[in-house]
Amino acid sequence: MMEQAILTDVDLAEKFPQKVKRDERKGYEGYLVDADAFLQVAQFVRDEMGYDYLSSVTGVDYFPENYLESVYHFYRTTGGPALVLKVQTPRDNAVVPSLVPLYPGAEFQEREAWDLLGIRYEGHPDLRRILMWEGFAGHPLRKDWREPYYEEDGKPFKSRWPDGHVYRIEDKNPFHKNVDYPADFDPDQWAPDNDASLYASLKKIQSSLSDSGLKTDTVIVNMGPQHPSTHGVFRMVVLLEGETIRALKPVMGYLHRNHEKIGERNTFLMNMPFTDRLDYLSSMSNNFGYALAVEKLMGIQPPERAEYLRVIMAEFTRISNHLFAIGSLLNDLGAYFTPMLYAIEERELILDIFEAVAGSRMMCNYFRFGGVARDLPEGVYEKMRDLAYERLPRRIDELDLYLTNNEIIRARCEGVGVLTAEDAIAFSASGPLLRASGVPYDIRRADPYSIYDRFEFDVAVRYHGDVYDRYLIRMDEIRQSIRILQQAIRDLPEGPIQSGKPQYQVRVPAGEAYGRVEAPKGELGYYVVSNGKPNPWRYHVRAPSFVNITALETMAKGNKVADSVAILGSIDIVLGELDR
Amino acid sequence: MDGLGILKGLGVTLRRFVGTYVDDIKWLGRRYFTEDGIRHRMSKDASGVFTVQYPEEKLPVPEEFRFIPFLVYEEKEDGSIFHRCTSCGICAKVCPPQCIWIVRTTDPKTGRPVPEPAEFYIDVDICMNCGYCAEYCPFDAIKMDHDYELSVYDRHTHNIYNKEKLSKPLSYYASIRPTNYQREEAIRAEAEAAKAAKKASAEG
Repeated sequence: MMEQAILTDVDLAEKFPQKVKRDERKGYEGYLVDADAFLQVAQFVRDEMGYDYLSSVTGVDYFPENYLESVYHFYRTTGGPALVLKVQTPRDNAVVPSLVPLYPGAEFQEREAWDLLGIRYEGHPDLRRILMWEGFAGHPLRKDWREPYYEEDGKPFKSRWPDGHVYRIEDKNPFHKNVDYPADFDPDQWAPDNDASLYASLKKIQSSLSDSGLKTDTVIVNMGPQHPSTHGVFRMVVLLEGETIRALKPVMGYLHRNHEKIGERNTFLMNMPFTDRLDYLSSMSNNFGYALAVEKLMGIQPPERAEYLRVIMAEFTRISNHLFAIGSLLNDLGAYFTPMLYAIEERELILDIFEAVAGSRMMCNYFRFGGVARDLPEGVYEKMRDLAYERLPRRIDELDLYLTNNEIIRARCEGVGVLTAEDAIAFSASGPLLRASGVPYDIRRADPYSIYDRFEFDVAVRYHGDVYDRYLIRMDEIRQSIRILQQAIRDLPEGPIQSGKPQYQVRVPAGEAYGRVEAPKGELGYYVVSNGKPNPWRYHVRAPSFVNITALETMAKGNKVADSVAILGSIDIVLGELDR
Repeated sequence: MDGLGILKGLGVTLRRFVGTYVDDIKWLGRRYFTEDGIRHRMSKDASGVFTVQYPEEKLPVPEEFRFIPFLVYEEKEDGSIFHRCTSCGICAKVCPPQCIWIVRTTDPKTGRPVPEPAEFYIDVDICMNCGYCAEYCPFDAIKMDHDYELSVYDRHTHNIYNKEKLSKPLSYYASIRPTNYQREEAIRAEAEAAKAAKKASAEG
């Protein structure tokens, strides 16, 4: 990469007077930028200050103050803390310049903010809804939007106690009668969008194709939503010329449940078990990120033993997740279920540990603000030690022997779905996807949280950026996780596991916090805004599966349609998190 | 590209395949449907067939396993029962999906609340088994169960559990969670002793 002097510690408010000012609300950080100067400031931030990685784009509806705020978190891929920029716009005419020309990784996140909050990003190449369907009325994350089974603005609901005469909400509030239609809506006149705009956005590309001199027709093929290779209900719309992919649009939201709206109705503590259900293969990591964000707001620190337990659980989760990812990648390649079942035997033993400690194999709900829920029961320490020191290293070696040099795998994976380092950064890819492209960016090292700075481990990195490297990097990461586990289990101190007394109502001071962890699938961030009330004012999840999928088209273009399955498998998505 | 990688991989599958038979022979038929067999399957040395033939075989659930809350009642020597629940409502307030419904008893004469629930419901269709109610109950009155075989033919008539269906004796709780039970009883005994001592010193 080009050597250039990077400006550090520039006060943007001095650099751009009148256009930028410091965010001086209590508990907030970063800068407020005028909408008309935003692109100029973002360009400066990227090119002069070296913030080349746009991590998170989201919005907040400040309903009482009557404005919408678009929030951006920038990082340097060389490491370090975030730069936060915010753009405020009036609620009734929310327009913000799109960052897609500068940071292509903003594409889906901006579509999401448009879909759920109604912030229009001017200059966005394809600003359609992404999680809801075209024709959906309103923007559900706005504070004045109410869901069909609306009961109250915040939990706990008053109907439950002390006069809790039970009823089912669907009996009192039957479906069809509980939906608000717009005033001018006539169901007989309404025609569904039928994906016309989606296909239109693909067809734009069609006219520019003619590299062979032959006049060929292109075909649009829908892979999914009911397709076994998509790991759930996910749909890839591909424009094919022969068997070659010319363009690809992912369609998602089939599993959308508006996790964030539910989260804003919940109290802070209630959100913890809901985070389990995002990426249900690695619930401990989900807990971790959310606990970090809220602890940042509350200004508390978990005790030593809890920190170690957290790291141990998060690393076990990483191993089990990567085993699952490798297994399902092999499924996608056609090695039907033998590698998968070999891989998830070890996962089974890890889940046994989770069940003994947290009470559930997958929906762990183990982390609390300022600690963890409970200490290790008898016998679990020995189990963890045996796994980390004996069984897992042996079994990973076997898996390595079994798969890594298999000629069929190499023929199918090498050179397929290449993502260059520049593209990976520009598309905000994270986790194994980013590191397999040659960018050694791991949050555990680049911006250490919890106690990761105490452990000796290497940031796994591979340089080809193809499917095979994304397989290899997961093997590497499993080995590094085992290293961390061995150190953490060896050093696990005695002591309390929670700071302070467990409380069912936590007091969270007003402010904002962005807590992010290196989840198995990539950077998992939680943007939480509190206004001092029992419920979070804003609760946003920066889901790695969702943001990583932005780079899918770039990876798939030029490959054969059969390879798109392998490419998608190598990103390792989970629909619970992608659709939220 | 000489095919060696494939052969090595096939070697692994072959070893695994033969291994299942070796494992079976080593155990002389005691590999399946026995407690030792299950323990072997869950140990670090697990080899051979990994699957369990449910429902004939079941994995033992660890003590902390949680599935659907129940209400604990104590049985007195005279045969009467005493519900620990005081209907304080903390479980209903902390419940993330809000599936707990409590009607508090009021004294018909004075109109003041009585520390006992008149009605207690849990909508188990909605319960997400997070365990918060048990975790934050200050009276050890609601605990998470181990029974996970709950299928019914009609959820509309079966899946709102009332107080009667939710109530289980303390002895049952002690049997499924012995360690937790002992720890909690020690704390309760200590608190009782402290209270008695305070009372004695106040009277003396």
